[in-house]
Amino acid sequence: MKTPLAWLQLTHEKMRLLIALAGIGFADMLMFIQLGFQNALFDSSVILHQAFNGDIFLMSPQSDALGFTRTFSDRRLYESLAVDGVESASSVYLNFGNWKNPVERNTRNLLVIGFNPANNILDLPGLAENLDQIKLQDVVLFDEQSRPEFGPIPELLQQDRPAVTEVSSRRVRARGLFSLGASFAADGNIITSDINFLRIFPDRERGLVDIGVIKLESGANLDIVLAQLRQKLPKDVEVFSKEEFIQHEINYWQNSTAIGFVFTLGTAIGFIVGTVIVYQILYTDVTDHLSEYATLKAMGYRDSYFVMVVFQEAVILALLGFIPGLAIAQGLYFLAAQATNLPILMTLNRAVLVLILTIIMCCVSGAIAVRKLSAADPADIF
Amino acid sequence: MNKYNNNSLIPNNQQQLTQPQKLIVEINNLDHFFGQGQLRKQILFDINLQLQAGEVVILRGPSGSGKTTLLTLIGGLRSPQSGSLKVLGQELVGAKKSILVEIRKNIGYIFQAHNLLESLTARQNVQMSLELHEGLSSQEIKAKTTAILEEVGLGDHIDYHPHNLSGGQKQRVAIARALVSHPKMVLADEPTAALDSKSGRGVVELMQQLAKEQGCTILIVTHDNRILDVADRIIELEDGRIKVDSNSN
Repeated sequence: MKTPLAWLQLTHEKMRLLIALAGIGFADMLMFIQLGFQNALFDSSVILHQAFNGDIFLMSPQSDALGFTRTFSDRRLYESLAVDGVESASSVYLNFGNWKNPVERNTRNLLVIGFNPANNILDLPGLAENLDQIKLQDVVLFDEQSRPEFGPIPELLQQDRPAVTEVSSRRVRARGLFSLGASFAADGNIITSDINFLRIFPDRERGLVDIGVIKLESGANLDIVLAQLRQKLPKDVEVFSKEEFIQHEINYWQNSTAIGFVFTLGTAIGFIVGTVIVYQILYTDVTDHLSEYATLKAMGYRDSYFVMVVFQEAVILALLGFIPGLAIAQGLYFLAAQATNLPILMTLNRAVLVLILTIIMCCVSGAIAVRKLSAADPADIF
Repeated sequence: MNKYNNNSLIPNNQQQLTQPQKLIVEINNLDHFFGQGQLRKQILFDINLQLQAGEVVILRGPSGSGKTTLLTLIGGLRSPQSGSLKVLGQELVGAKKSILVEIRKNIGYIFQAHNLLESLTARQNVQMSLELHEGLSSQEIKAKTTAILEEVGLGDHIDYHPHNLSGGQKQRVAIARALVSHPKMVLADEPTAALDSKSGRGVVELMQQLAKEQGCTILIVTHDNRILDVADRIIELEDGRIKVDSNSN
């Protein structure tokens, strides 16, 4: 086995290696955080979409994202029932309401979701067993994963104390919990019946809904029904499959807001910071060993050997620096998830993505540092 | 420029006197220039020189006389420009860089500064030289390395890093590195300059002894008058010309 020069050169100066690994770890952590928040943003904004128990969705073509929707007439839903293969069509009302914290009395906006409880169209933990409650007047279900600023509703309910408060100046009572989670659009959520929804928001008109949820009969062909609905329904509604419905939301956040750009920029900055740090380390390494490399050249080592050494060092740095970066990012994900109630989790895909980015980052630095090697002229060392 | 040079005839005379031997280095009418255009300066003038196998040759002369330039040309570290320079039968004037790199593998170098790799142990430094040559198993490499380090008296310092060795010990590792692959020729530039007289003497005698055992040619550039007696032949350069070329013993 050949002497592993790259490894020995790197590990010889322990302090420099530690600083290099700290730098790469930091760059990796930066990339992880940016990508993590970006994904959390996308994941959190489509939890509700994924929970909808439907195959086809209707929205106004002017709707951007949940919480920023325009209404359309529920007549389109009745029309859709005429299409072969459609089993049921339900309407969903959405609006931001001003929730008063029942303990501290300050108010804050959360998303109010209203639909007919006769037909459960949302697949959320805790919802099915509490659904009957909202058939009562002015009763709502509270999202237990809402941010704590909305008040200790789960604790109040657990102690059987009344959780009476106001939403947009209407007195309501929280009688049950479900689990959805905060998103970038909404810090908290409540669910109530369509009738209670219209009581809370008297200026909303009955029959003008935000989302239509269509369920297909078993055995119906999704593509055929989609095509038929698109053909049959007027252009004042847009027809989505569930996948398109989710993608529409992600596209909004990614392309129509600064958020996607900001996170991509943040990731790019992490990448550049890492590149500069690794370049600095590799450049110093080559410079410090210039006379040693010139000696090896005098002995008959080819230029390609030194290029290999520099790239080996780059890859070793990438792999070693990735480990602390991953560990720190895991810890920060945990803290961020605690603090924001956003679903920030390490995924294998993202770990692999950042590892690949790290290796590219180190190789780019290596490619720049390699140019310094030509300064190692064996004729100069005599 | 005076083309007629008495001194250049001496090696030829010598060759006629001694028995015909294999030539390691054969230099004819070698000129060398540094710089371009107006700043172009001639460093070596019409060098004619032949080195036989097994010779120990000392190259001396004042600073700036072109000793080191000549050494780097012979070692394939610099591209020769005009005349003829044959090393181990290979013409280096006009040769491609890859040929120079190949030639270097047959030459051992010992530098003024030992130039050991700081991050490698004595053993690993010596191994770097052997790893250039194909077809050696790792056991062979290990055995040869251990053997040569024992020969230079560092048998119990095999796994030391250079910063834990004295100046003389480092130079011994450098000698071991230069000689372990049995080169046809060793080039040494001021090998004793950084050493006290006792270790300097020891280092040169070691080089001479090992080279005689292996039958390799040694060319030493030095200012150190105390080691002149190890040479079979002394060449003096002055202002880029060979001034004296004589058998010393």
